[in-house]
Amino acid sequence: MPLADSWQTAEVGGPKKASVIVKPEVADAMIKRAKRPVLIIGHLAAEIDLDDKKMIDYLLDLAKKGNIPVIATAHTNQYLIKRGYHKAGILPAVETGHRLCDPAWKGIDGKEPYDLAIFAGLPYYMEWTILSGLKHFATHLKTITLDNTYQPNASWSFPNLSVKDWLENLKAIIGNAEG
Amino acid sequence: MSWQLRYIRSGIPDLIVVDEQCIRADVLSEAGQVGIPVIATSEKNCLGLTDRTRDPADEIVADIAGGTVAGALILDPDKVGEVAVKTVCLTASQHKKRQVLLAVEAIIEQAKTCTQCKMCRRACPNDLHIPDAMKAAGKGRTGMIAEMYDECIGCGRCEQACPQKIPVHTLIVSAASGQIRSEKFLMRTGRGAIQDLEIRNVGGPIVLGEIPGIVAFVGCSNYPKGGKEVAEMCTEFSQRRYIVCTSGCTAMSIGMYRNGEGKSPYEVSPGEFDAGGIVNVGSCVANAHIAGAAIKIASIFARRNLRGNYEEIADYVYNRVGAVGVAWGAMSQKAAAIASGFWRLGIPVVVGPHGTKYRRMLLGRADRKEDWYVHDRRTGEKVYTGPVPEHLFFAAETKEEAMVMVAKLCMRPNDTSKGRAIKLTHYIDLHKRYFGTTPSDVPLFVRTMSDIPVTMKKEIQEILKKQDWKETVIPDPSMLKSQVRKKEGA
Repeated sequence: MPLADSWQTAEVGGPKKASVIVKPEVADAMIKRAKRPVLIIGHLAAEIDLDDKKMIDYLLDLAKKGNIPVIATAHTNQYLIKRGYHKAGILPAVETGHRLCDPAWKGIDGKEPYDLAIFAGLPYYMEWTILSGLKHFATHLKTITLDNTYQPNASWSFPNLSVKDWLENLKAIIGNAEG
Repeated sequence: MSWQLRYIRSGIPDLIVVDEQCIRADVLSEAGQVGIPVIATSEKNCLGLTDRTRDPADEIVADIAGGTVAGALILDPDKVGEVAVKTVCLTASQHKKRQVLLAVEAIIEQAKTCTQCKMCRRACPNDLHIPDAMKAAGKGRTGMIAEMYDECIGCGRCEQACPQKIPVHTLIVSAASGQIRSEKFLMRTGRGAIQDLEIRNVGGPIVLGEIPGIVAFVGCSNYPKGGKEVAEMCTEFSQRRYIVCTSGCTAMSIGMYRNGEGKSPYEVSPGEFDAGGIVNVGSCVANAHIAGAAIKIASIFARRNLRGNYEEIADYVYNRVGAVGVAWGAMSQKAAAIASGFWRLGIPVVVGPHGTKYRRMLLGRADRKEDWYVHDRRTGEKVYTGPVPEHLFFAAETKEEAMVMVAKLCMRPNDTSKGRAIKLTHYIDLHKRYFGTTPSDVPLFVRTMSDIPVTMKKEIQEILKKQDWKETVIPDPSMLKSQVRKKEGA
């Protein structure tokens, strides 16, 4: 299976494709370099099993350790609340994509514009189209996806990874965020 | 449309009659593989069949029943009925003996040839875990592959992608054969247009907001997680005393769902166009009846002229009629066209996550106060109304998000305080249930203290206090300057 092809074969990317995150340090550097990152968590994060936890648990670790604000799309917030996290902003995924295109949007907390959007846990095709919109209409913004499927429209994306490799990468990114 | 494949592969039909839209291009070859004859009935979709319109009916029946032809093109509807019935009378007993679906042993043998290349999953629009199901089936456990039946949209792309030529879709349908055999449902008949008399009964409460809204579940069946979700949404809004309309494939999906007592939503809710009713207007072409109901409200209650007056009618509907369309399985361009027929009339449309592929959402910005002013027809002043309705074309990620959004999009600038309080109750209640919190944008929808739902008064008053909320007037709203009654300089 080609590692840097769209996971869903119907979603054919354009000539400008995401750089592949070949090692977790790449994602670390992107996140640490960002002045105002935001983590956008879709509902699938609460459904996907990773080891003995859910994907959302790892994403929450990253948000807490990296002090990254969270936007919960769909009904994801109820899973965050169950985990004791009450700080997430709630905004549908398509609205998030729409507002991120506006360089003057000061974020869900009204503080200042985001310069890095980290996506995870959205349905593949939905994230694909939202990232496509951002690639074309939000040139002020960098995007990363932390899913284990290659998203050609992001600035940076993991390749299509096995769950085992994905988990190792996520753990490394979270560990580095703490340090 | 895509469920045609599972229906054909199931071997259930004795004969297939197709008209002119929503027909798979391979229906004739698929039907031929399981020995089902096809009658085409439209010159727009002849399927390459010989035109037998002028031949005697009995001659056509003899040819089809005898198996000398795969089907026929008949452009006379009466003759189609005669040929179809006579043919089935002759062939049905033979068809009943036919074994089309695979036995469990055959499913397991096919699954064993899977190499776990994952191309099927990557081709699947719903990203179904087909390789995992194949692995389990190869070891004799066919439960997982049978479970996929509910979420599979039946497109068959998995088979096209499989380098081993495994008939994946047939495996899914065969594994779920027990479920297929039990698929017998009671369906509310598509009833056609909403009559003027019915509009007179409910138009007032709708315009004043006392019936919280009209929610229309329409469109194709390419659902992200099966048809159950659309039935659950339909039931929820019916129980909340919204008027629910259904049409097309969605109307059928709703009839296929049963509650704990074994009843479909149609058996639980009445069929009147009134609060709590579930009205099946008919096929997806009958969607026009739902839009027509909104137009009739403008005509009957505000005496808006119907001819050559789209602008005024859309303005009326947008500002006063709390209607929302939901096309949960929208994926085709046709569904997008139907949606645009609604939103250009001022009726917001919520589509499922696949709807993002349209790349043409119409999203408002609730955070931009300057976007939400209307003319007050009484005074001519520009008045802030809050973001109602916030969006006109919106793709929801999940059923839960769609339900909260539907409740929110039913709010209109014209709502009376009583009506707004009812609508807010539903919005806040659904938001709390699915998102776990009171919505942070509540202050945008409260115009006066009377808008606050009685049971939530204390909680919302505290939120308003924190956000420096100020009371606004409830206008006689219009986006058209021409609708202002007060003359300039008067």
